Amino acid sequence: MTQNFEPKILGIFCNWCSYTGADLAGTSRMKYAPNMRIVRVMCSGRVDPQFILKAYKEGADGVLVAGCHPGDCHYIEGNFKTIGRMQILEKMLAQFGIEKERFRLEWISAAEGDRVMHVVNEMTTQVKKLGPLNWKEVSRSKDIGHCEEPKATKQSPLNK
Amino acid sequence: MTQKLKVGIYWAASCGGCEIATLEIAENILKFIEVADLVLCPCIADFKYDDVRAYPDGYIDVCFFNGGIRNSEAKEIAELLRKKSKTLVAFGACANWGGIPALANLYTKDAMIERSYITTESNDNPQGTLPQTSYKMPEGELHLPKLFDSVHKLDDVVDVDYYVPGCPPVAKQIWSCIEAIAAGKLPPKGSVIGVGDKSVCDECPFEKKTEGVRISKFKRPHLEKPDLTKKAELNNKPQCLLEQGFVCMGSATRSGCEAQCLKANMPCRGCYGPAEGVEDQGAKIASAIGSLVDSQGNSERSAEIVAQIVDPVGTFYRFGMGNSMLRVKKL
Repeated sequence: MTQNFEPKILGIFCNWCSYTGADLAGTSRMKYAPNMRIVRVMCSGRVDPQFILKAYKEGADGVLVAGCHPGDCHYIEGNFKTIGRMQILEKMLAQFGIEKERFRLEWISAAEGDRVMHVVNEMTTQVKKLGPLNWKEVSRSKDIGHCEEPKATKQSPLNK
Repeated sequence: MTQKLKVGIYWAASCGGCEIATLEIAENILKFIEVADLVLCPCIADFKYDDVRAYPDGYIDVCFFNGGIRNSEAKEIAELLRKKSKTLVAFGACANWGGIPALANLYTKDAMIERSYITTESNDNPQGTLPQTSYKMPEGELHLPKLFDSVHKLDDVVDVDYYVPGCPPVAKQIWSCIEAIAAGKLPPKGSVIGVGDKSVCDECPFEKKTEGVRISKFKRPHLEKPDLTKKAELNNKPQCLLEQGFVCMGSATRSGCEAQCLKANMPCRGCYGPAEGVEDQGAKIASAIGSLVDSQGNSERSAEIVAQIVDPVGTFYRFGMGNSMLRVKKL
């Protein structure tokens, strides 16, 4: 199953650095895993955690957010906001039981085409190893009222 | 004389606080009795389910349904009441989004049962007895409702006409809803009623500084007091609790409660649900709070500050887990 599994990874890239970096990777004819679909945003500070949760809910196996290196932001401090947001989101994803390899925040400048290639390849391999996320099945959204009998045989730790 | 309104109030997975909040309409209850008759309310009157089953379809004019769908009984009665009611109102946070009980969606059902019946420190259950759904007696077999794997909101199970949020909804808003229903002046189906259309910040007695405030330390309301001597530059009101480092849900939460908690110097807990235009309340507040973290562009510094937020999911989705995008924990 994992052998044939091709993960769907959503990339959310900032217009000024990371997307241009991905362009560079393209024009330099670098080859990287075709598993990532990029959405271009004007700034990584525009990325609302809602987008990422929605991606998982709608079937993404991993999400990669990329922006300019801190200090290089086109809007001066846009990506300073991204740092705090994504770190809180990482904590939340851990509580929801989503493996940390499924989410990644990277700083990729316009000159780092090779970094795009490296990050996407690495993330694809990691997510492939984890297998599909399949959140629709996880959230059992259509299966209201699924229940099994509690097991009466469970031994109390107080007896031990 | 026109016929009196027939009103039902039902509780599913809830604490009973919504019924008590309904009584808070105080002397208006006399006016209520003038225009309405209760036809179901397990909290205060002894109606049986069979009484409800005997009503003709659409007999109940308005049914206020509070509580989430936790077990097969709640689901069955929700479906029954949908059939018997002209208007079904999801009343309170639990019916709207699962409420506090839906926090159990972060655990498996087995883990929850083990914690409740076995490992809780004050339990005395040496045989490890667990609740069963059927039991054989000499007189015959008894059945209890089945517990579901996760908590659902009311509109996961049936069609809902109106939503009244809050934990509990505040008395003034409840009364405005009852008045609107009695006068037949209701907005289009599917509306959230008894609320404001802005965020809690709009009604809040605290005030944001104009620019540049960042959080370098998060505080918890039971460990530290807000500093009321700190004033905002704009109008000399006390400084916003979020800016002081308390995790306040106000900016992602719908107004309507008149910022009751904040008037008592407590940060907002988010019981009025996502503000207009917000889909996922928890992610939205994570966005707001995350942007305030004083990272200075340094990931390590930011991580140290973010680590001070204890239990972000439980705090941000305190009432909204059943309505969040992810809804349950992956097992």
